[in-house]
Amino acid sequence: MLHHTPDEISERHALKVNPAKTCQPIGAMYAALGVHGCLPHSHGSQGCCSYHRSHLTRHYKEPVMASTSSFTEGASVFGGGPNLRQSLKTIFQVYNPDIVAVHTTCLSETIGDDLPSIIKSAVEDKTVPEGKHVIHCNTPSYVGSHVTGYSNMAAGIVKCLCEKDETESKRINVIPGFTDPSDMRKIKGMLKEMKADFIMFPDTSGVLDTPQTAEYKMYPDGGAKISDIMRAGGSSLSLCLGKWSSEAAGVELEKKCSVPFRVLDLPIGVLATDRFVEAVSQELGLPVPKSIRDERGKLVDMLTDYQQYLYKKKVAIFGDPDTVIPMTEFLLSAGMMPKHIITGTPGKAFEKRIDSMMKEHGHDYEYNCSNSADLFYLHQLIKKEPVDLLIGNTYGKYIAAEENIPFVRFGFPILDRVGHSHFPKAGYMGGMHFISGVINTLLDKMDRETPEDMTMELVA
Amino acid sequence: MRKVAIYGKGGIGKSTTTQNTVGGLVEMGRNVMVVGCDPKADSTRLLLGGLAQKSVLDTLREEGEDVELDDIRLKGFKTSWCVESGGPEPGVGCAGRGIITSINMLESLGAYEEEQNLDYVFYDVLGDVVCGGFAMPIRDGKAEEIYIVCSGEMMAMYAANNICKGILKYATSGKVRLGGLICNSRNVDNEKEMIAELARKIGTQMIYFVPRDNDVQRAEINRKTVIEWKPDAPQADHYRNLARAIDENKMFVIPKPLEIEELEKLLLDYGLLEVA
Repeated sequence: MLHHTPDEISERHALKVNPAKTCQPIGAMYAALGVHGCLPHSHGSQGCCSYHRSHLTRHYKEPVMASTSSFTEGASVFGGGPNLRQSLKTIFQVYNPDIVAVHTTCLSETIGDDLPSIIKSAVEDKTVPEGKHVIHCNTPSYVGSHVTGYSNMAAGIVKCLCEKDETESKRINVIPGFTDPSDMRKIKGMLKEMKADFIMFPDTSGVLDTPQTAEYKMYPDGGAKISDIMRAGGSSLSLCLGKWSSEAAGVELEKKCSVPFRVLDLPIGVLATDRFVEAVSQELGLPVPKSIRDERGKLVDMLTDYQQYLYKKKVAIFGDPDTVIPMTEFLLSAGMMPKHIITGTPGKAFEKRIDSMMKEHGHDYEYNCSNSADLFYLHQLIKKEPVDLLIGNTYGKYIAAEENIPFVRFGFPILDRVGHSHFPKAGYMGGMHFISGVINTLLDKMDRETPEDMTMELVA
Repeated sequence: MRKVAIYGKGGIGKSTTTQNTVGGLVEMGRNVMVVGCDPKADSTRLLLGGLAQKSVLDTLREEGEDVELDDIRLKGFKTSWCVESGGPEPGVGCAGRGIITSINMLESLGAYEEEQNLDYVFYDVLGDVVCGGFAMPIRDGKAEEIYIVCSGEMMAMYAANNICKGILKYATSGKVRLGGLICNSRNVDNEKEMIAELARKIGTQMIYFVPRDNDVQRAEINRKTVIEWKPDAPQADHYRNLARAIDENKMFVIPKPLEIEELEKLLLDYGLLEVA
């Protein structure tokens, strides 16, 4: 499929080929699903909503419910206010969610619909029934990426729901970055093991990883409860796990409710998980339980046992900044050599962070790192300087096939494999699961390519 | 901080009036930021002494998304700050979206934060409120007082009335209010009385009557506000008075736009019939 990617890298200004990112509203819709009883609403034409729903369904393998303002020619000329009002009326009559999370689309952004004033009038004239909530955020796709959309909705949740609370409580808010329900579940699990008092939102566990019960629930049991989110304004600290996807929500909480925040990485890999556990332990004055220390020990043991297969292996990795950064650090901890590190999401802070990470690890080898990049560029980099392993979302498989590189799926979206909704990459156990996948994939290739007349090693 | 938007028919003298008034305000020691919301990017020329400003959108186009406040904001006459939103060349693109982008960018860069110590922000907005983008400055949380520049000419009054409809729409759900009409005289008969009556009917006031004076044009050729170019000119005093009137204004209303028949009757009563 990618036979024709030229080796020579030429300067490009306007053109992106196979971008390593997607639309803002996808992230906003995903974040909204992390609130219990929430119906995401796409303020724009029907096509946007359909695409965003199906893309999420393909990754999470679960139905994704969302409504749309169904713009027509008329709405684009006269403004989408009446469509949104009618939508809200229908939504509460027919689908009866506790909360509707409205995000915009390119069209409604360009025609300049003012969501706050439309929603305010719908609340005032009781189109929104009492006790129900309508929150909103702006998600023009010509800015940022799906990560920006997630961040905007997370901040929107804070803006519209959190309430200031002066009573001092030793409790943390955890705002996870754009990552799978399995990771959110794992993060919660660690917090519970530590006996931490916490509020986590958005939380898609129990929403997009639900069991088959032969009974359909439009609003699954999971998701952050509205009452909990409201109380987040009274916590003593917010931990934002990911600069790109959750710092904005932390900033908003500080502005609105004077809750200070710290930005950490998603707890992926040994060091990032260490920092997360330490931050929780420090803020709440809690000891780290043996169960967590044991998990850490097992991960370190695995890295040590299989060091000979990991050491100095060159890796190309692409995806969203908040997952790629801690994963790159994890690869460094594992003794590997991240060679090409790419994100499609804009932000120069990405390179700065990777650079300082490389320095901390004492590396002086040449590597390529860029934001706002695409997979065409990544493929060219790999052609120029081959790697032993490729890590990234589903779209990487064409490069992997063309260059015959072992490929481990990681990030969003994974459309052609199963399991990521349930098996985390966060936490020490998640790290073990991920790195065992890496080791096994590398060994598979070795076994496959070992000449028949040589004995394959039975023990690796 | 008071957040002011100036609207009015195209060519009525919004930018000229805004800048000369801001000249008066900074002379009074106020800290003022002017945000030009016009793709022509000529809303700050007099305060800056020329078209020296690189617009927000040009900066965005050339530098990408990593823009800093100092890239898009220039110090103008005395204590004024100047920003030009800019926008597409005539006939292409979407100027309204440009305004949304610029104002969002100023907000995210902290241009309105308390530590900037601003007393006033002035949005100088192109023409009528023709689409959602041009209404951006009067959305909730943005400009809270609107002044409409008009004259005794029929089309200018039509436009003023139309703008009131836009304000009405946003005033019912937000804090935006009409502060008054500024009559920028075109030497139409009975102009002062007619605009005062129009203002009364809409439920507001004619906050000031700026007489026509060629010193305004002379100052413009010199790329200066009248106050800077010729501080002792009578016209400079008029702008000082207008600045003071705005500074002391307490009358902020939700406008009651007129029906077209009512508006035409006003024109007939005060203007055209008597001349004919």
